[in-house]
Amino acid sequence: MAEPLLQVERLSKRFGALAAVADVSLDLVSGECHAVIGPNGAGKTTLLALIAGEILPDAGRVAFAGEDVTRLKVSRRALRGLGRTFQLTQLCAEFSARRNVMLAVEARVGTPFHFLRRADSLATLAARADAALVMAGLAERAHVPAGLLSHGEQRQLELAVAMAARPRALLLDEPAAGLGPAETAEMAARLAALKGRVAMLLVEHDMDTVFRLADRITVMAEGRVIASGAPDTIRADAAVREAYLGEIADA
Amino acid sequence: MREPAPPHVRRGWIAAQAGLAVLVAAPFVLTALDRAWLLPTLTRMLAYGLGAAALDVVLGYGGLVSFGHGAFLGTGAYVAGALIHHAGAATPLLRWPVEIDGSLDALIAFPAAALAAGALAFLIGAVSLRTRGVHFIMITLAFAQMVYFLVLAIPEYGGTDGLMLPARHRLFDLPLDGDQPLYWVALVLLVGFLTIAQRSMEARFGLALRGARQNERRMRALGYPVFRIRLVAFTISGAVAGLAGAVLANQAGFVSPDLLSWQRSGELIIMVILGGQGTLFGPVLGAFALLLLEEELSAVTEHWMLVLGPLLLACVLFFRRGLWGQVVRAPAHG
Amino acid sequence: MDSLLLLEQALNGLTLGVMLFLMAAGLTLIFGVMGVINLAHGSLYMIGAFAGATVTARTGSFALGMLAGMAASALVALALELTLIRRLYARDHLDQVLATYALILIANESVKIVWGPQPIFLGTPEAFGGSVEIIPGVPYPAYRLAIIGTGLAAAAFLWWLIARTRLGMLIRAGTTHRAIVQALGVNIQALFALVFAIGGALAGLAGMMAGPLLAVQVGMGEQILILTFVVVVVGGLGSVRGAMAGAVLVGLVDTLSRAVLPVAVREVLPPSAADQVAANLGAVAVYLLMAVVLAIRPQGLVPRHA
Repeated sequence: MAEPLLQVERLSKRFGALAAVADVSLDLVSGECHAVIGPNGAGKTTLLALIAGEILPDAGRVAFAGEDVTRLKVSRRALRGLGRTFQLTQLCAEFSARRNVMLAVEARVGTPFHFLRRADSLATLAARADAALVMAGLAERAHVPAGLLSHGEQRQLELAVAMAARPRALLLDEPAAGLGPAETAEMAARLAALKGRVAMLLVEHDMDTVFRLADRITVMAEGRVIASGAPDTIRADAAVREAYLGEIADA
Repeated sequence: MREPAPPHVRRGWIAAQAGLAVLVAAPFVLTALDRAWLLPTLTRMLAYGLGAAALDVVLGYGGLVSFGHGAFLGTGAYVAGALIHHAGAATPLLRWPVEIDGSLDALIAFPAAALAAGALAFLIGAVSLRTRGVHFIMITLAFAQMVYFLVLAIPEYGGTDGLMLPARHRLFDLPLDGDQPLYWVALVLLVGFLTIAQRSMEARFGLALRGARQNERRMRALGYPVFRIRLVAFTISGAVAGLAGAVLANQAGFVSPDLLSWQRSGELIIMVILGGQGTLFGPVLGAFALLLLEEELSAVTEHWMLVLGPLLLACVLFFRRGLWGQVVRAPAHG
Repeated sequence: MDSLLLLEQALNGLTLGVMLFLMAAGLTLIFGVMGVINLAHGSLYMIGAFAGATVTARTGSFALGMLAGMAASALVALALELTLIRRLYARDHLDQVLATYALILIANESVKIVWGPQPIFLGTPEAFGGSVEIIPGVPYPAYRLAIIGTGLAAAAFLWWLIARTRLGMLIRAGTTHRAIVQALGVNIQALFALVFAIGGALAGLAGMMAGPLLAVQVGMGEQILILTFVVVVVGGLGSVRGAMAGAVLVGLVDTLSRAVLPVAVREVLPPSAADQVAANLGAVAVYLLMAVVLAIRPQGLVPRHA
């Protein structure tokens, strides 16, 4: 197996008395989709925030592309190719969909310290932005301010923005959050189309999406990893059933 | 393919060009009408317009409510004033660590004013930009007050009484005496800044700054160095406010700590909001409107604050898009 | 400087700190519970001083004046909350700043019209006119000791109010779980109005107590307001304990630097310039303190949820 692109070693984070993430280790290989599942409060979102650098861990280590990034700022990690989508859509609401994508395209090309050249004047970058919009099915809505798009469109744009920055690894925090069944299926199809082009660490509650996409699955409960392995193994794992899958089946 | 400009942006360009035409014609028209004594007032309005537009970059585009821009305005004014003062007294402005003499050359004094104000903005920004929201407002206000006391502590510059300036700066060996030359300097500075700022707010830098106002988290996650972007904007904004201060010092022939006071900072914010934040031209219009209002009201009653206060309240509560938005019929901000 | 003088200056610093605490506690409570930044808090301080001084002059009783000052500030605060401030809760901080800035203009001009532009006189109350020997042979003005005592009593009262009463429980809940308080069916509007009035009364008390020490004049509110901002930034916005820590620290640093600097400055500068330099550089010290605290702990010494 190749050297993992992203490696998380014994990561821990406490909030007061609560051990949000406790001694979590996992890795992500180039091109694979690694899903992290678990009941609410299992620490999945905290884990993503730790990997992205939005919060710093109490202990443990995060390595990305062979480099220790544990103490690096969010923007530095992003520039190294660590992209992310959020559970609650994070877009520039006043900017058009296209401008949101454009910001992402430009993020890793040169510096933002250009004062006189119009931002959308470089044809190659503009073409990349338009391609990203087409892929997200938003070509018709390119000039609509992001804040005025429907929830489903915003979720698509969130993914398009994250991808437009050409990340090597993508942290996906419940990409299907708040979507109806049809939209969820559409989102899963888009993610499936991305498979192999970018490594994905996927946090998702929709089990159909998870089992459709994941090459590996890690199960978390109360901040800890309780199981990890291939989807079939996880499906069969008694501990997982008890902690999680069973809970859903009962509900 | 570019973003198509919305109609209010096109109307804005037309209005801005019309405004420029009026300002270019003003000295000639006023002279012809025997009203040339109004020019110094217009120069003052242009200078405050420059200061307000500079504040708009951080406030309107960056979403950073700086309550300390009076300090940058005043620092620019005091640097310009001190250079004149020391040139007149033939004493050095600074003995240590390097000796700096006074200067009557505008090409030295104006950049010096911008540089000093910019350096101060950099320092204040480096500390205050670590905080958000209400903290940022209070901290910029407090640091501006610190600058106020620092300037008061220099005995040579007259303390609360201020400093009378014996001369004006010279540009290419021509004195900026009389009302017209300084007016043109102010107008060129303002138009130059508006042109550049307008452009850079559509350039990568401007988009990054505006993006960070709308969604800081997203911008960070994309790899934008939000803190550095804001610090650069804050520094440039402070430097340009310093430039405005240098014009004010020359225009009045006098500098006083009043220029550094928290009231000045407050007025700059009012100009921005009254004119329309995030529009650059609006704050200039706001500066003209506020100064005109002050002038007219103070001629009617000494208690003009009692009129201005409620007017401002009404503006905040009911009139949210500002004068410029009214002129170009823009959709409300935010 | 000998240690006795230092003790005296430390007590002076504590006097200032106590007044700053009364201001900062109100400001921080109002921010913590309602999320409003109130620039006109200094105007409430000014109104307390003017109303109190007037009643003291009419009745000859400082105690009555003090009650009147607190009542006037509380009433004005209440009226403001009912008519204006509650429209600002949903607005952003910029709108709050502008609206309350407008209130400063209105308050200052109104006071100028009613009382005139000159400072008015407020004497030290007779009962505390003399001085007390804090250590045998070291007299200290009794009035300043009374301020410290009153301030500590007010702090104790606030602690009791917040920690031990139902109102305090609602205030504490309001700062952290606003939605829950609302869901409990508490009349949140009335709670907000009450908190605003309490903040006003504290500001009025501070203004009245400051009267005999500083001039009662238009603009006095803004001087203390900016220092109060330094206090809440240093202490941590939204936390009353932080306000206490910040106020004492800022009071001490301000007073001591103003006391120590002239001595130091006279060593290097001619006496004519030395006082001006020292007085203003002394005023700078608290802002440097703020910068240092911000650099080390941007959230303040005692953050809100600590």
